[in-house]
Amino acid sequence: MTKPLPGGRAGAQHTSMFFRMLVRAAILRRGRAASALLAMIVAATVTTALLNLFVDVQSKLRREFRNYGANVVVIAKDGKTLPPDALAKVEATVGRDPRAKQSVAVPFAYVVARTSNDQPVVVAGTDLSAVRKLNNWWSVTAWPKQPEEALLGVRASAIVNPQGKSFDLTFHGRTIHLTPAGTVGTGADEDSRIYVSLSDFEAWTGVRASTIEVDVSGPPADVNATIARLAQVLPDADVRPVRQIVEAEARVLGKTRATLLAACILVIATAALCVLATLTGWVLDRRRDFAIMKALGASQRFISGFFAAEAAFLGALGALLGFGFGIGIAAWIGRTNFHAPVMPRFELFPIVLLGCILIALVSAIAPISALRRVQPAMILKGE
Amino acid sequence: MFVRLVYESFRRQKRSKLLAGAAIALGVTVATAMIAVATDVGDKINRELRSYGANLVVTPQDDTLDVQIAGINLKPPSDGAYLDEADLPKIKGMFWRNNIVGFAPVLPVTVTVNKGTAKNVTLVGTYFAKRLRFGNENFVTGVRTTYPLWKVQGSWPDDDSRDVLIGEQLAAALRAKPGAKINIEGENLQVTGILSTGSTEDNEIVAPLSLAQQMLGKPGVVRKVYVSALTKPEDAFARRDPKTLSPDMYDRWYCSPYAQSIAFQLQEAIPHSHAEQIRQVAQTEGTILTRIKGLMLLVTLAALFASALAVSAAMATTVFERRREVGLMKALGAGGLAVASFFFAEAALLALLGGAAGFAGGSFLAYHAGRWIFDSPINIQPVLLPLILIIAVIVTFAGSATAILRAVKFDPVYALRGEG
Repeated sequence: MTKPLPGGRAGAQHTSMFFRMLVRAAILRRGRAASALLAMIVAATVTTALLNLFVDVQSKLRREFRNYGANVVVIAKDGKTLPPDALAKVEATVGRDPRAKQSVAVPFAYVVARTSNDQPVVVAGTDLSAVRKLNNWWSVTAWPKQPEEALLGVRASAIVNPQGKSFDLTFHGRTIHLTPAGTVGTGADEDSRIYVSLSDFEAWTGVRASTIEVDVSGPPADVNATIARLAQVLPDADVRPVRQIVEAEARVLGKTRATLLAACILVIATAALCVLATLTGWVLDRRRDFAIMKALGASQRFISGFFAAEAAFLGALGALLGFGFGIGIAAWIGRTNFHAPVMPRFELFPIVLLGCILIALVSAIAPISALRRVQPAMILKGE
Repeated sequence: MFVRLVYESFRRQKRSKLLAGAAIALGVTVATAMIAVATDVGDKINRELRSYGANLVVTPQDDTLDVQIAGINLKPPSDGAYLDEADLPKIKGMFWRNNIVGFAPVLPVTVTVNKGTAKNVTLVGTYFAKRLRFGNENFVTGVRTTYPLWKVQGSWPDDDSRDVLIGEQLAAALRAKPGAKINIEGENLQVTGILSTGSTEDNEIVAPLSLAQQMLGKPGVVRKVYVSALTKPEDAFARRDPKTLSPDMYDRWYCSPYAQSIAFQLQEAIPHSHAEQIRQVAQTEGTILTRIKGLMLLVTLAALFASALAVSAAMATTVFERRREVGLMKALGAGGLAVASFFFAEAALLALLGGAAGFAGGSFLAYHAGRWIFDSPINIQPVLLPLILIIAVIVTFAGSATAILRAVKFDPVYALRGEG
């Protein structure tokens, strides 16, 4: 085997011999081969699951953070109202980003009206169904469904309308008759306000929206780009990020990712060392095969190639199976924890595959080069 | 004889023992670090979430409606009820006082600012970093703790001074700069800094509480108190009405740091008050905390699984390599039980040594990971050491069991001839 015979047939024989050795080695010593493969699969599974989670968790958590509500506000300058087409412009601008499908824009208009016993109260006109989507922390007993129904803040309800009957509100001499549909509790300013639908509000007061609250999803760069675009299309308005929301989100998200990264490095390193130990043991265990091959005249290159091919095959097989399991585990974690499956990231496969093959090669070649200087006779004698 | 066998085995096969011990130590390191992180990450993230601002608000019990649009107060300033400033330190006497990160009172006053033309603006009196005392305990609280994301260009005023901060939009309108004087209600006050919050304060003046009280002419009053507290995510039990609970259940409810029970205790601490959670902050942080804790728990499970497998694999390899030894022992007349107990004793010793080393390594790792990520160390409870050692022994046993049993069953003749 040291000098392959000339001619195609001999070359083919050489190759077929090589593969026969590979296959037979795996079949005859399947116990050890199986345990090495198992270690490989487990390492690949854990690595895939963690990498997949790490890549995907950002968008998952970001969606949770969007529960804090609007992160961008558009406010008319100097107490004026926004132009009538402002909402359409905002929606067109925000909606242009295909990733920002869940973005919500909600207009708000405010006046101070008086009740029948001359108590001043803030009345807000808004798109009630959009508010429901934007601010899901609002604790609402029942949302208004009919026109001229109102949502009363818990404190406003106690003072304006303790009996829960319908009531009148007056603004600049014009009166609207409202039926309470339910109450809203938030622990903030909303508790002292009365909410009605924007169409009722405009028909009654003639005042247009002065604020649009926008929930822009996506990483900070996208949010900033959206803010810049909004400022461009609405030059008469102040477009501002809600800094509290944007910065706190970045902070918490950053820390979470750092923790997850530290955990990933730790676990992947453990898995890699586990594979290294198992495979090195496996190769060392077969020093007799090595010695016999050498005694029969195989070159060092052939033997190294043989063990390397074996290890690479094992690594590739382990990576393939482990990748499948890993994606399954990541999806399961996504479903149990975030109630949405973590998308399989197939672009991670080359990384996992390369990593597995690399570590398999290292753990095969290292003991082989160590055995290189040992006389085959010594090994065969069992010393 | 048994002890000598084990001792000699450790003395003579140092390299192989060291390898197996290192594998166990490594596995236990990862397990310990991950358990430490998983148990503490909830608290750490909870503290990070506090940067969203206060999650509870205390108002006077018989308060009138706020008539406020975009931070501009449209109500006569004399209107409404107040809380007594002297009651505030009592917050630090509550059952859950250690969960109170900070609190800040507010007292809005409408004032006239004279800068060329007179302009009505809201001046909010509050604590910046006020030194307070409750019983024997000194503590510092104010907006700098409750709203860590507020930014000041210039410097923060002193709580006992008559200096003020101006919101950035108001400052732009008034062309005020840090260090300038501003005429408020006929008095020239020093502006120490420009405040940027991204919220209604950007259009307001923020001043020490005593100054606002003096301008209102009502010493010792506050309008609201914002409280920032570490809370437990809300569940069905948290939403129960404390009045309808049985005494046992009531105690359990009272002694859980739900936003609701902390609000309840705030009401008890401050007379004639009504405390409520600010749902935007309190509700959402509960969800996020649950998600992050769940995620870390699952990752920890994956880590424990991986380290258990690493330990098992290492043990299986070491035992497998020693078939000849087993063969020799059996050829000399040792029974299966004696051989197995010898190997198990060895494994237990390795697990204890490796486990202890791993526990130390894991604590070190968690400590520094905490410092690196959260700027505060993650400490592991020493109580966990026995638990982790027991787990290490169990995993080591489980990992070596199959290999040991197979080695014991193996025919000594084949083993000694090196076949199999």
